[in-house]
Amino acid sequence: MFSDFLQFLVTGVTIGATYALVALGFSIIYNASHVINFAQGDFVMIGGMSAVFIIATGVPMPVALLIAVLFGGLVGILLYKGGIEPARDAGVIPLIIITVGAALFLRGVAQVVWGRSYHALPPFSGDEPIRFLGVVVMPQSLWVLGITVLIVAALGYFFTRTMLGKAILATSHNRDAAKLMGINTNMVLLVSFALAGLLGAVAGVIVAPITFTYYEVGVMLGLKGFVAAVLGGLGSFVGAIAGGVILGVTEAMMAGYISSDYKDAVAFVLILLILFFMPSGIFGKGGVERV
Amino acid sequence: MSDHKVDNNALAADNPTVSARPPAEALRELRRWRWQDLVFSARYGGFFVLLAAVLLAPLFLEGLYEFDLAILVFINASVAITLNLLVGYAGQISLGHAAFFGLGGYGTAILATRHDWPALAALLAGVLLVALVAFVIARPILRLKGHYLAMATLGLGMIIYLIITTETGLTGGPDGMSVAPMEVFGYLVFDELVWYWITGILLLLIYWLSVNVIESPVGRALRAVHGSEIAAINSGVNVTHYKTLVFVVSAMVAALMGGLFAFYSGFITPTSSDFMHSIEFVVMVVLGGMASVVGAVVGALLLTLLPQFLAAMADYKWLVYGLILMLVMIFMPKGLVPTVHGWIRRWLP
Amino acid sequence: MSILRVESLTKVFGGLRAIDDLSFTIHPGAVHSVIGPNGAGKTTLFNLITGVYKPTSGRVLIEDRDVSGLATHQRAALGMSRTFQNLQICMNMTAIENVMLGRHLHLDGRFLPSLFRLPRIVRGDAEARERCAELMEYVGLGKYINAEASGMPYGALKRLEIARSLAAEPKLLLLDEPAAGLNTTETAELDGVIARLGDAGVTVVLVEHDMKLVMNISEHIVVLNYGKKLAEGTADEIRRNPDVIAAYLGAA
Repeated sequence: MFSDFLQFLVTGVTIGATYALVALGFSIIYNASHVINFAQGDFVMIGGMSAVFIIATGVPMPVALLIAVLFGGLVGILLYKGGIEPARDAGVIPLIIITVGAALFLRGVAQVVWGRSYHALPPFSGDEPIRFLGVVVMPQSLWVLGITVLIVAALGYFFTRTMLGKAILATSHNRDAAKLMGINTNMVLLVSFALAGLLGAVAGVIVAPITFTYYEVGVMLGLKGFVAAVLGGLGSFVGAIAGGVILGVTEAMMAGYISSDYKDAVAFVLILLILFFMPSGIFGKGGVERV
Repeated sequence: MSDHKVDNNALAADNPTVSARPPAEALRELRRWRWQDLVFSARYGGFFVLLAAVLLAPLFLEGLYEFDLAILVFINASVAITLNLLVGYAGQISLGHAAFFGLGGYGTAILATRHDWPALAALLAGVLLVALVAFVIARPILRLKGHYLAMATLGLGMIIYLIITTETGLTGGPDGMSVAPMEVFGYLVFDELVWYWITGILLLLIYWLSVNVIESPVGRALRAVHGSEIAAINSGVNVTHYKTLVFVVSAMVAALMGGLFAFYSGFITPTSSDFMHSIEFVVMVVLGGMASVVGAVVGALLLTLLPQFLAAMADYKWLVYGLILMLVMIFMPKGLVPTVHGWIRRWLP
Repeated sequence: MSILRVESLTKVFGGLRAIDDLSFTIHPGAVHSVIGPNGAGKTTLFNLITGVYKPTSGRVLIEDRDVSGLATHQRAALGMSRTFQNLQICMNMTAIENVMLGRHLHLDGRFLPSLFRLPRIVRGDAEARERCAELMEYVGLGKYINAEASGMPYGALKRLEIARSLAAEPKLLLLDEPAAGLNTTETAELDGVIARLGDAGVTVVLVEHDMKLVMNISEHIVVLNYGKKLAEGTADEIRRNPDVIAAYLGAA
């Protein structure tokens, strides 16, 4: 009984960690630019798919994974340079459409270059399950959790201890003030998109051995990452992580105890309830419009 | 929902009035009749072109395939025009509109096919079902703004889509279900040409009625909700009422078109209600031009025909589609029709 | 009968008492002013009167009717109209359409008559357009009658808000810092517009921290300081009031 619960919890936290990474990407870009990047899920796809195909060329796995992640960051930069920067002042709805267009474009390219079939990445360290307190844990789950914790710690360090990180935070609070203080806000935006691309690609790489990857894998992952970000309060980093984990665990519990039929609906029911009853998310700060 | 009607007598009676005669020239300018206003207006020029196109196109269309495309354009344009009332005029984004299309389609299809309802009754029931869903959800959902509204409408759409996909017993699940042909008063609507006229005339009607709404106090209130909700409220506009109204109306038209689409194609699948289909509807509006009725029609036309051209290079379809979206939004953020209209206006005296 | 009465109105934000046990009465006709230094709670007061904020305690009465339960648009229907310190103009509309928005309550705003474009809709809009052109001329915007709102200068937009408010033919007109951001010439023009409104019998309540503008045209002044009423009276009385001089003029 209790071991069932633990099992669901482990499953939920693992997938939740992936959502959290995607949600962090949403929040970083939103903070820097107030853009909702609908291509965030496709960074995940890029990470997973490029890892698969780089490994296929015979490059050793760790190197391949690193290249795949860096490639995700590069795609983030290209998205900013090619899509967002030229349309900086276009307003919310056009910017949403631009990122949707970018998402379709990335999917289209992936489909042309890599085809439509499903691919699996080999687990990082074997697939011998670990048994603990009656719970079966795949080693890959530990990789997912470990890497996520590592990344969150690194991000925490980056945003509180480095000049560039602080500049990004300052820009997200008040762009004009940041500009006046001599912060290169254009650089901040570029770095934010690169970071979001890196985070997405990391998520794609670490989760690919568990869930498979294919050219459309980013659609649902992106939407759920967005849900996780809003759940925790759009723009809040702690919220993004909490939102991801809460979403993953709720999904796993729902699938485990009730039925897996509506596993994918959990995210959207949750988000409607949160928006209706706590419009600024669990960790968000409420804003009042000034008249 | 209708406490916006006020007792005008309470206002009028003892109110002091102020006024001044504007310069005759300004008044003349205000009343002046310009041929541009006629030619480039949605009510006259735009409607005339659409009317001529619908009437004359059958002379040039050849074969089932081309008629099929025309019918799809009419259906999509009808949805896009009313979605534009919500997104372009009232400024309320919806990323879940296809769910209303799909829900209307499935509601109609299930009643007509599984329960042998008369076609028109099934259509009506599908539309009313969606109206009810939209009305119930409107109040909480339209309190949200910007990205949160985008997220909420997206979530609502996903939930409806997932229900349609999962309730296999009712809907046939991911494989979809076949739909009995539409029978109206004993007449079996089967011929492409008949469908052409049904959807074409409905489009003209929806176009005309939408222009009526836009050019009225209701339309002004909707645009004010977009421009400044605060100004609207303080001018006595019941913002909640108008948001709900336009949300429900646009959902109902989407449902009607979904029902007709189900009958017409004889088959309906959950993709009719999925996220990508919602995005397609929004893109029709944004590409053609927000707050432009003509733009919605042009957007629907382009987005319906584009995939057909791209079909020749099937693998590159999404790639090109995405690229076009990005380029148009970067270089013409107002959309095609308002941008081109702006160019023409600068050319003219 | 008073047109507006505020009774022991209090609004607390967090721990800050933005409006603190404030009471005053506005009688019909003439120009009334609420003045006070920045942060005295003037705009908060307007937001409480129009129903944007709910008071922590106390109440607002319009023509002796308690409006506590009414939403902002319902209060507008009682004959109250306002302008904003930060412009609230619909930039997606033309200038005259912005003014016509102000006539909303005098027009038929129901869906079905508009959908079928009944003759009354066409006639109502045509009449409203002429009427609003007159109002634009009245506030000195005659040359902008056919302009897009987004292409107008700041000073003109301020007056456009006044025209929109007047289009409602309000019994009570609330002006929130209409002179803010205007240059001397524009302020003087505005001065004239407001004075003429008072003469025409519109009850104007003006919120300002520009003392000069207020003193010239107001018949009755309420001075706020830290959300409390510091003084009330005619311009002369206020000018001589030692508390006002100390708190307000002295600091200026």
